[in-house]
Amino acid sequence: MTDVKLPFLAQGVEKATITYWHRDVGDSIKEGEDLVELATDKATFNLPSPVSGILKEVKASDGEEVRVGQIIAKIE
Amino acid sequence: MILDLGLIDYEDAYRAQREFVNRRKLGEIEDSIIVAEHKPVFTIGRIGKMENLLVDDRALAEHGIKVLRVDRGGDITFHGPGQLILYPIIDLKKRRRDLHQYLRSLEDVVIRYLQGCSIRAERIYGKTGVWVKGKKIAAIGIAVSGWVTYHGLSVNLNVDLDFFSMINPCGMKDVKVTSLANILNKNVTMDEAKVNILFHFNDIFNLGGSEFAGRRCTPLA
Repeated sequence: MTDVKLPFLAQGVEKATITYWHRDVGDSIKEGEDLVELATDKATFNLPSPVSGILKEVKASDGEEVRVGQIIAKIE
Repeated sequence: MILDLGLIDYEDAYRAQREFVNRRKLGEIEDSIIVAEHKPVFTIGRIGKMENLLVDDRALAEHGIKVLRVDRGGDITFHGPGQLILYPIIDLKKRRRDLHQYLRSLEDVVIRYLQGCSIRAERIYGKTGVWVKGKKIAAIGIAVSGWVTYHGLSVNLNVDLDFFSMINPCGMKDVKVTSLANILNKNVTMDEAKVNILFHFNDIFNLGGSEFAGRRCTPLA
C-alpha cells in the first residue's frame, strides 16, 4: 500500500482545497497519471499518482481542505 | 516553441494546451508558449461561483457569448477580441516547484511589458493579476499537471470593457478593469503587443530560441 501525500505547493502555502478526483475508489491508475486536483489561490494543481495500482481509499472529498504532508489517498 | 493560434475558440486552444502538456511530459517538446486571442467567452474556474455571472441566458445569446466551466484556478473572467492570451507550457520540475512563485513571475512579465509602454503597473497582495491605478489590466489563472503548466494570463489591449460589467471579475464585486487602449488613449496592435510581451516573457523565463529575439517595447506615448 502506498500513501499519497500532498506535496509542497508553494512558499507559505500550508493548505489546499480538493477540487476534483480524477479516479474513484476501486479504479486503476498508472504512475504519473493525474489522481486528484487541488486549488490554491489562482492555481490548480493536479497531483500525479506516485505508483501504478488500484485507488483503495481517499481521505478527503471535493471541497475539503487538506494540509501539505497529509495523506490524502492510498493506492495498492 | 511558440504556437500562435491567432483568433480561436477557447475550447480549441484548450485542446492544443492539453496536447502540449502531454508532449512536454513525454519530453517531445521543450518549454513552450501558446499565444491566442478568443471570441467572446466567460470562463469560470474550479472555485468559481455562477452568481458572479450577472446576466441571464438571453443576454448571453444576444451578445453571442459562451459560458464555460474550466479547470484553472480562480473564479470568472472574460476573454474576447482585443485581449492577448498567453498559455505557457512550462515544466516547473526543471525550474522551481512553487505555484505562487510562478504566478508572481507571470505578473512580472506583464509589469515589465507595461513599463516598456510607459505604464506603471503593480501587483496587489492577495489579488493575483496586474493592476494599473487600482484597475485590473491582466488576469491570471493557471493549472499544472505533474508540474507542467497550462492556462495562463490575459492582457487587455483594446478589448471591449463593457463585457466585464456582465460579471464580478475574478469573483470580486468591487473590481474595475482597464485596457492599454483606455490608458494610452490609442490603439495597440495585437502583433506589436505579442512581439514585446514575448520578449519580456523570454527575459524572465529564459526559454531561449531565436523565435524570442523580439525587441523591447518602443514607448508608445
